[in-house]
Amino acid sequence: MIVAVFVATGLLAVAALLAVVRIERGPSMLDRSIAFDVLTSVLVGAIAVEAAWSRRTETIPILVVLSLVGFVGSVAIARFASVEPEGEGVVRSSDEIAAGEAGRMEALDAAEASHDAEHHGGGAEGEVR
Amino acid sequence: MTQADPGVWTTLADVVAAACLLLGAYFSLSAGVGVLRFGNLLARTHAVAKPQVLGLILLLIGVALRVRSWPTVTMLALVVAFQLLTSPVSAHMVGRAGVRTGKVDPADLEVDELGGDEAEPRRLPEEPTAPR
Repeated sequence: MIVAVFVATGLLAVAALLAVVRIERGPSMLDRSIAFDVLTSVLVGAIAVEAAWSRRTETIPILVVLSLVGFVGSVAIARFASVEPEGEGVVRSSDEIAAGEAGRMEALDAAEASHDAEHHGGGAEGEVR
Repeated sequence: MTQADPGVWTTLADVVAAACLLLGAYFSLSAGVGVLRFGNLLARTHAVAKPQVLGLILLLIGVALRVRSWPTVTMLALVVAFQLLTSPVSAHMVGRAGVRTGKVDPADLEVDELGGDEAEPRRLPEEPTAPR
């Protein structure tokens, strides 16, 4: 029994890892949602293996809840799926994020430098009623 | 009633439970491999809908054979029923959303059942105005 539990746990761990890789890669939101479905099912399976090993029954209701939650999640994502612009679903690397942030900060600095005291940030002039 | 040694049946149930756990974990792994390796959205939907549910059912049968109490078996049957009800629905909705948002190449499809009425927005039939 113990050997079977160890092997089953290892297989489930590998399955979860593959699903996580697909969640990271997935070109669209729908790919991510079905990979998340796999992850939820693997989680249910892992809790089931634990319950089978220790013969505890108090974790069984978690299985019922998880199997419903996974369904609601993927259906909600599929319901509100929209046409994504090209490259929108890609997870950016840290370099690309840094480049984008640098561009944004430069634009902000330029906008800040172009302010003049007359139109922005000047003190109240004359009598304030 | 059989007068067999109860230890025999306990051992047999444990062995079958171990086999079910192994087989179920193997099917779950194949679903994980499928969702990573398959090339397009509909193929991945297939990997999620079929081997995943079979693997989960086998794992839960393993738990039922190991725990051997009726309340637990009832709840596990509930989980299986939910899976069998919800998995086709969610796979169908994901596939349909993929077709609608242009993530499925129509050249990949043998039969394009959604092509006719999903390509154009559906219009409500004109209702005749009731005479006063």
